[in-house]
Amino acid sequence: MLSKRLIACLDVRDGKLAKSVKFVDTRDIGDPVEKAREYYLDGLDELVFYDITASSDARNIMLDVVEAVAEQVFIPLSVGGGIRSVADATDLRLAGAEKINVNSAAVKRPELISECAEAVGAQNIVLSMDIRAVPESAQCPSGYEIVINGGRTPMGLDALAWAQKGEALGAGELVVNSIDADGTRAGYELRLTRMIAESVRIPVIASGGAGLPEHLEAVLTEGKADAALVASMVHYGDYTCSGLKTYLHEQGVKMRMSW
Amino acid sequence: MSKPRTLIIDYDAGNLRSVQRACAEVGLEAAISADPDAVRRAGRVIFPGVGAAGSAMRSLTRNGMDQALKEVIADGIPVLGICLGLQISFDRSEEDDQETLGLLPGTVRRFRFDHPELKIPHMGWNEVRVVKPHPVLAGIEAGDEFYFVHGYYPDPEDEALIYARTEYETEFASAVGRDNYFATQFHPEKSGRVGLRLLAAFAGWDGRC
Repeated sequence: MLSKRLIACLDVRDGKLAKSVKFVDTRDIGDPVEKAREYYLDGLDELVFYDITASSDARNIMLDVVEAVAEQVFIPLSVGGGIRSVADATDLRLAGAEKINVNSAAVKRPELISECAEAVGAQNIVLSMDIRAVPESAQCPSGYEIVINGGRTPMGLDALAWAQKGEALGAGELVVNSIDADGTRAGYELRLTRMIAESVRIPVIASGGAGLPEHLEAVLTEGKADAALVASMVHYGDYTCSGLKTYLHEQGVKMRMSW
Repeated sequence: MSKPRTLIIDYDAGNLRSVQRACAEVGLEAAISADPDAVRRAGRVIFPGVGAAGSAMRSLTRNGMDQALKEVIADGIPVLGICLGLQISFDRSEEDDQETLGLLPGTVRRFRFDHPELKIPHMGWNEVRVVKPHPVLAGIEAGDEFYFVHGYYPDPEDEALIYARTEYETEFASAVGRDNYFATQFHPEKSGRVGLRLLAAFAGWDGRC
């Protein structure tokens, strides 16, 4: 039986690790390569690097980080942040990224998903969606809306419709990131995650809001997510990857338990 | 005497550097090559790949790499197939309804994904249950999981080819082999230290079972 996955997200700014709280203000918390290696050895199932570097001339720093991580971390490595073209995707793939996360640029130009899927394989394209709750309307019948630019720009685009469109365009996986829950440590947005997981045939990664091990359990069972993404929970040393996996395993969630 | 050269076959089927890096981690220096003659001279060969069966077969036959691969397998040197490499080793694939290399008897079939909660493709970590000992699987213990990404699975004609099984929609052959050829449906290069153990075992394998 397929295991659920524990994924850790490392936000990288100018080659250094940072953790965002509600997407505003970030602080450096160490060397991404070192952290990646630590989590890998502690049983993490998959890593995501998100490049939050503002300036485009720092892109090469990210490629160096990816390359250094790929040399010593032998689990799937996913990279996102600022990917606007097939060339961005293939550069990162060559540096050692297994999966490519597209986000804002795909909202503005959805063909980016199919172009990247064609170039590097649909199973390697992850559509990352930043989502906020809104009143149900004709424009957003699901009650959830896509936002871009780190949560600052609402797009008037229905989140559920976008998830299904992303799947149709060739995305191999979806990240459902609730910006309402992000940084709160109050738990994932279960209703949103489940709604999307039940509406697509590709895997769904739940993101935003994890603060307690119970939150992971809830989103992997009730929320129907295939993977749970964590960040601050493990970055600040409150929890370890192996500890979270052991907890989930003990609650009956199928996890990879030997590494 | 220098160690026999290990080559990773490059046929435009995915990024091979992850395989190369994982090999380096276990002390197996491997070069990536698209040259069939270089493959003929290799002492050890890795036949990886991700993508679709049709385009993979076109790439392999374009420059005679399919023949070189058949020759090295006939010569008895250790060969490791990975993922698409395993799939196109069989007689045919339901993907693109493609006739494939015929190194092993059997067909590659599509998961039916009838159950609405089964995600497509089979992606993630899953248990590899060894059903018959093999030197390349020597370090694998009960409960060990490997990383998979595939929508098709091998269905060998001969049970004797099957060394490990994995359960997704059906129980399928996740590691197969015959003589000096061994192949995995999963990605050892992405499977953490368990995967590295498998690659290390391959690096030390003399091609005999």
